[in-house]
Amino acid sequence: MNRQALDAYAQGLDDAVLEAIDVGARSGVDKRLETLTEDYDDPDALRRLAGLLRQHTLDHLDGYLSQVEKRLIENGARVHFAATTDRALEIVLDIVRASGTRVVTKSKSMASEELDLARRLASEGFEPLETDLGEFVVQLDDDHPSHIVKPIIHKTRRDVARSFERNGLGDYNDDPETITRRARAFMRRKFLEARVTITGANFISAQSGRVALVTNEGNARFGLAGADVHIVLAGIEKVIPGDRDLALLLSLLIRSATGQRMTSYVELVAGPRSPTQPSGPREMHVILMDANRSSIVGGDMAPILRCIRCGACMNSCPVYRQSSGHAYRGVYPGPMGAVLGPLLADGGQGQLADLARASTLCGACGDVCPVDIPIPDLIARLRARSVKNQLTEAGHGVPPMGTYSFLARHPRLWRLLMRLGWIIDWIPLRRFPVPTARAWFDSRTLPRWRGGRFRRWFRRTERQRSRG
Amino acid sequence: MADDRALIFARLRESLERLDCRTPYPEFAADVATPPARHGNSRALFSQRLRAANTQVVESVSALAGLLEDRGVRCGYCDPVLAPRLSTALGPQIELLPTFDRSRIDDYRFGITRASAGIVETGTLVLKDRDTSDRLGAVAPWIHVACLDPRDLYSTLAEAITELDDDPNVILISGHSQTADVEGIMIHGVHGPGEQVCLFLNQEEDPETRP
Repeated sequence: MNRQALDAYAQGLDDAVLEAIDVGARSGVDKRLETLTEDYDDPDALRRLAGLLRQHTLDHLDGYLSQVEKRLIENGARVHFAATTDRALEIVLDIVRASGTRVVTKSKSMASEELDLARRLASEGFEPLETDLGEFVVQLDDDHPSHIVKPIIHKTRRDVARSFERNGLGDYNDDPETITRRARAFMRRKFLEARVTITGANFISAQSGRVALVTNEGNARFGLAGADVHIVLAGIEKVIPGDRDLALLLSLLIRSATGQRMTSYVELVAGPRSPTQPSGPREMHVILMDANRSSIVGGDMAPILRCIRCGACMNSCPVYRQSSGHAYRGVYPGPMGAVLGPLLADGGQGQLADLARASTLCGACGDVCPVDIPIPDLIARLRARSVKNQLTEAGHGVPPMGTYSFLARHPRLWRLLMRLGWIIDWIPLRRFPVPTARAWFDSRTLPRWRGGRFRRWFRRTERQRSRG
Repeated sequence: MADDRALIFARLRESLERLDCRTPYPEFAADVATPPARHGNSRALFSQRLRAANTQVVESVSALAGLLEDRGVRCGYCDPVLAPRLSTALGPQIELLPTFDRSRIDDYRFGITRASAGIVETGTLVLKDRDTSDRLGAVAPWIHVACLDPRDLYSTLAEAITELDDDPNVILISGHSQTADVEGIMIHGVHGPGEQVCLFLNQEEDPETRP
């Protein structure tokens, strides 16, 4: 069947998985809305302000990046620049090798997913441990996260219980509390064993060099108490101008991501541990990774780099909720992933170009974005680009639009067809000789034809209005 | 690395040259994201918001002794500066260990450390590296007790963040460790403490142990 890749993937999903994703995503929408509307008279004004702030940073990224580098070095950290994901991986491996450690703890970081970091560390003989509970389950199952905030939104408690059983973490028990306690017991020793811990960064302040890490579980905090070396891996767009901007962005990020006013932990790390502190990293390395971001800055797709990874757009997206994050085939799922994924992969020129079609353009993603990214506009721009550049991958599974295009450009013919539209009620659409149309009508029934009356109504109304 | 740096900056400058104008910094009040209803700076309000954020509030050392007894815990880590004052009030049945021995991680049933400040807006405890005697003592045990002088309060998150000094590591704690990763069901105590406690200690009572 000639389907879009995303549709084909969604078609093969179990009902239980689809339900888990739908319920998980919807609960995020409700909580976000409740907190924002309870707290603010005009949350949209804050979104617009945060959008301007992020856009300002991107438009001056060269200056802020230079500032953050200088400040981090003054704070005692080492700063590394990586033009590509391969280069970032090399830097991580060099630091880990030099530390002499075998075990490496890791907190949730989408940038590290771009490197497939945990697998690559394992293939080099190290023992990387994803410490976020959801990411830990993903690692046990050799899976990939399907949501940027809720990595195992696609799994039920039974799936998790089976993973734990398979991996020697106790007999089958699907009680979430038991699962959590077992993970706690297993990881405590690892936090102390690992000499290196790796985190991402939610934000990095150019003014102070503070790296903000937002978690609820306390895994980043434990990692930063147990290890001797801290590696921060972050995209260059994570920089923000100053500390005063942190309060605004943290307030919006946390409310949009989890519906909380504050997460249990927000850690602000400016450098290696204090000389009086007996625990925690003596070395801090910050890797600032480009990996195609610099080519997006300054262009018409630049607003996507404002993204603060809250996941609100995917929670609200009807396509994501019916297809899962894995259907997007890249690190970043959902509407922001449909834009950022192809751009990071190859500038939107091929590999993931079809993702621009993974949207109904209903606008929900743009309405909820805490940094006011016009996601539907960016998706439409990607579609236009794919047509202009004749990217066949982008049109895969899309019905031929030539006939529609012809009719839409010939108003008289269009009007005639509108009058004859009732004929469609008598056509057996499920036997239509176009595979994409057949796939569409397999699961949908058209309502009875009621079209073609608008023009008449409009003429009549206009006449009445002109008569006064 | 130097090549990567040069390459990234060259690419950035080339990309940014395409812009006709660059977005100016938007001016805004530092507390713009503080909800109007959450302004205020009193100890009572702070206590109320600590509880709302799943932090237990104890007003005296004897109340802390009651809490620890109730949980059936006898041995834990304690900041050596706080230990002399607390040990008498907690009584001989509670053993306070002044160092954190990694090989005995599971023996520490609670950890008592100092908090540098509180944030009223969000019911948050601020732990700075220089005031925390051992990071492990604050994160590894099931119960963490943060001792705070109630006069060290910031009204808003914005105020707290903008007034930070050059401490290399600051942790904002709002309640216990938690996760909803498995089917969205909230479970507390994943890696960090399953119980977060705030003990108010006044400087007047013993200036030596001011948190």
